[in-house]
Amino acid sequence: MKIALFATCIVDAMYPRTAQATVAILERLGHEVVFPAGQACCGQMHVNSGYFKEARTVVANHVEAFDTDDYDVAVAPSGSCVASVKHQHELVARRCGDTALEARAAVVGAKTYELSQLLTDVLGVTNAAEQLGSHFPHKVTYHPSCHGMRLLRLEDRQLNLLASVGGIEMVELPEADQCCGFGGTFSMKNADVSSAMMEDKAANICGTGAELCSGGDASCLMHIGGGLSRQGSEVGTLHFAEILASTLENPVTVTGEVKLAGSKR
Amino acid sequence: MSSNTFLGMPSLPVFGHGNLNATEAFPKAAHRELGNEQLRANLGHATHTIRDKRLKVVAELPDWEDMRNAGAAIKDATMANLPALLEQFEENFTARGGIIHWARDAQEANEIVTALIRETGETEVVKVKSMATQEIGLNEYLEEQGIAAYETDLAELIVQLDHDKPSHILVPAIHKNRSQVRDIFLREMPVVDPLLTDEPAKLAEAARRHLRKKFLSAKVAVSGANFGLADTGTLTVVESEGNGRMCLTLPETLITVMGIEKLLPTWEDLEVFMQLLPRSSTGERMNPYTSLWTGVTPGDGPQNVHLVMLDNGRTAALADEMGRTALNCIRCSACMNVCPVYERTGGHAYGSTYPGPIGAILSPLLTGIKSEENNSLPYASSLCGACFDACPVKINIPEILVHLRGEDVDSKRAKVKVPTQMDLMMKGAEWAFSGGAKLNLLERGLPLGKLAAGRDKVIKKLPGIAGGWTQSRDIPAPPSQSFRQWWAKEHKPGAAVVPGNTAEDAGNGSEGEQP
Repeated sequence: MKIALFATCIVDAMYPRTAQATVAILERLGHEVVFPAGQACCGQMHVNSGYFKEARTVVANHVEAFDTDDYDVAVAPSGSCVASVKHQHELVARRCGDTALEARAAVVGAKTYELSQLLTDVLGVTNAAEQLGSHFPHKVTYHPSCHGMRLLRLEDRQLNLLASVGGIEMVELPEADQCCGFGGTFSMKNADVSSAMMEDKAANICGTGAELCSGGDASCLMHIGGGLSRQGSEVGTLHFAEILASTLENPVTVTGEVKLAGSKR
Repeated sequence: MSSNTFLGMPSLPVFGHGNLNATEAFPKAAHRELGNEQLRANLGHATHTIRDKRLKVVAELPDWEDMRNAGAAIKDATMANLPALLEQFEENFTARGGIIHWARDAQEANEIVTALIRETGETEVVKVKSMATQEIGLNEYLEEQGIAAYETDLAELIVQLDHDKPSHILVPAIHKNRSQVRDIFLREMPVVDPLLTDEPAKLAEAARRHLRKKFLSAKVAVSGANFGLADTGTLTVVESEGNGRMCLTLPETLITVMGIEKLLPTWEDLEVFMQLLPRSSTGERMNPYTSLWTGVTPGDGPQNVHLVMLDNGRTAALADEMGRTALNCIRCSACMNVCPVYERTGGHAYGSTYPGPIGAILSPLLTGIKSEENNSLPYASSLCGACFDACPVKINIPEILVHLRGEDVDSKRAKVKVPTQMDLMMKGAEWAFSGGAKLNLLERGLPLGKLAAGRDKVIKKLPGIAGGWTQSRDIPAPPSQSFRQWWAKEHKPGAAVVPGNTAEDAGNGSEGEQP
C-alpha cells in the first residue's frame, strides 16, 4: 500500500521522532511511505480560536497537498489533527462559502486515518510484538486524548496496540477519560483552568508508578510532559508510535540522559 | 425554516436581558474561584457523585442512543415549527381557562408578573424552582416592588437564605457542603433548633418546618415549566421534593413563566423526555414528582392560572443557523456535571444564570456576542467534547462554542483597531501554514530555540500571551532539524529505522526526554 504521511505541524517541528517512528512501523510492514511536500498544518488552531478566515488558507493548503491520486490512504500520528481533517475542514469551507474546497476536503477527509485506526482497521495489526517486533521493557500508563476518544471513537485501539508490545507493563490511569487541559489556545487564554486540569492529570499519572505516560497526540503529551517537567517529576511522556517502533535490537531509551540507540548526541 | 416568521414581534430579533451576562471576563472570574479550595472540594465531590449516578442509570437502557436521537429530532421539529406550535398551545391553554401573556424580554416579564400579583392584593408569593425566573431576575424585581418571594426548593432556599446566587441549574447550592448549610440555617431561619446538626435528614426537617407555614398560607405561587404540550395546552413541572406540587395545587393564583422554546408538539412526545430528563439530571430512573396541569379545573387547584411566555433573546438565538440547537436544551445539567472546566471553577465564574458548557453557548446566543463580557464565555472550554456525549438532546456544544468564537473574532474585525497578540499570532501562523516551503523556512530556525533552551534543555519562560503556557509548563528544547528536513536529506525507503537511529541527532527534542 502507498501511504501518505501527514506529519502534523507540531510533530514536524518539535517531535520529528514521532513521524520517523510512524514511517518505521509502516515500512516494517512492507508499505511505501510518501511525504507530500506541500503539507503544513491541519488548521485546527485557527478554527478552534475562531479565526475562520485564516483557517481557510491553511485548510486549502492541506487539501491542495493531499488531494491527489498518488497514494492509497493518508495517515497522521494524531487523533486531534485527523479529527480536524475529517470533521472541521468541510465546515470551514462551508462557512467561507467555498463549495469547491468543501467537496475536495470531503475526499481528503475520507481517506485520512489516525495511526492506530490504520494499523488496526486497515492493516490488521493486532499484536505489535509479533507483527512489528515491538519491544519496550518499561512500566507505562496511557492517556487517551479527547478528540481521538470522542470525535474519532478510537476506543481501545491505541491501548491494545501498546498492551501487545513485548516486555511492556501497562498500568491503568485513574480518570483516564478526563481532559488533560491542553485545548490549544485554551492553555494560554484560560491558563489557570488549563493548569488546574493538567495538575490533576499529572497527579494521576504519578500515582500509577509508571515510568512514563503514552498517548496518541503530541500536543497533549507536550502539555502533560511540560507540566511534569516543571514539577521536577522523573516521569516523562512518549507517543505510542515510538513505543511501537522500539525493538529488542534497537530500543528507544527512555531513562537517564535521553539518547536514542545509535544517536550521536 | 420559519425563523423569519414572528408573532407580531419586531422584524429584528430582540436580544435578551437580565441575569444572562458575565460581568467580568471568564479567565479573571475563574482565577478567583480556583483559589477557593473549599469550593473546589465541594464541587469535585458533588459533580463526581452525580456523574457516576448518571452513567449507571444510562447504562441500564439499551436504547439510550435511540432515545437521544428521538429527543433531538422532536426538539429540532419543534424549533422548525415554533410559531405555529405557539399559536396552537395558546389556543388550547386559553380554551381551558388559562390566560397567556407574551413577554418580549426580562423587563416586560417582570412587569407582567408584578401586575398579576398586585391584582390579587397579596405581598407574598411562594416559588417553585425555575430557571426562567432566575434569568429575568424576578425575585430581585419583586423585592423592589415590595413583594416577598419565597423559594421552596431546598437548595434554592439555602441560596436565598444566604443572599447568594445559584451556581448550578439543577443543584443551585452545589458549591456548599452540609456544614455550611447548617451554619446558614442557624444564622438565617427565624425559628430553628440551636442544636441543629449537619445530618442531611435533620437539615431537610428544619427546611420543611420553615416552609410549611408558607405553603399553607400562600395565595399566589410563581413557577417555571419544564415542558408545554402544544396539542393539549398542558404545562409540566418535574421535581424531586414535592414542594412544587404544594405550590402548584394549594394557592388560588398560579403564575408560570416559561421560555417559548419549552414546547413539545404533542402529549406523546413527553414520554421520550420523561425518560431522558431524570436520568440525565439527577441520575434517577424516574423523578419523584411530575405535575401536569391544563388551564383551570373548577373547584380543584388554582382558579387563576396565568402563563407568561418569555422570548428574552430566544428568537435571536433561533435566527442563528449554527447556534439554534442550543434552544433544544431541557436544563438537565448533565453537561456541567461532566465538564472539567465547570468542575474546577463552579457556576459563579460564568456570571450568567446559565453556567457550564450550555451556559457558555446559551448566554451569548441570547444576549448577542457583544453583550458585556459574554464574548469570553465561548473560550471557557478545552473542547474536550464530554458535554456533547452527555447531552440527552445531542446539542453539539463544542461546535457551537467554536462557531461563537468565530462570531467574536469577526465582530472585533469589524472595528478599526490595533491587532491583538492573538491576531498577530494567528496571522503569522496563517502565513507559516500556507505552504510546506514556508514552514520549512521557519523550521530552519529550530536550532535557535534549542540554543535558547540552554543546558537544561527546556524553555521555562515565554513572553506575552505565550506566558500563559509557561506559568505551569515547560517547553522542551526543539530538535536540531525538522522531520521534513530529515526526510529530504536522510530518509532511505525501506531502511526500517528506529527513530533517531540513522538521523544525525534528529528529534532529540522528543517528549521521551527525561530531565
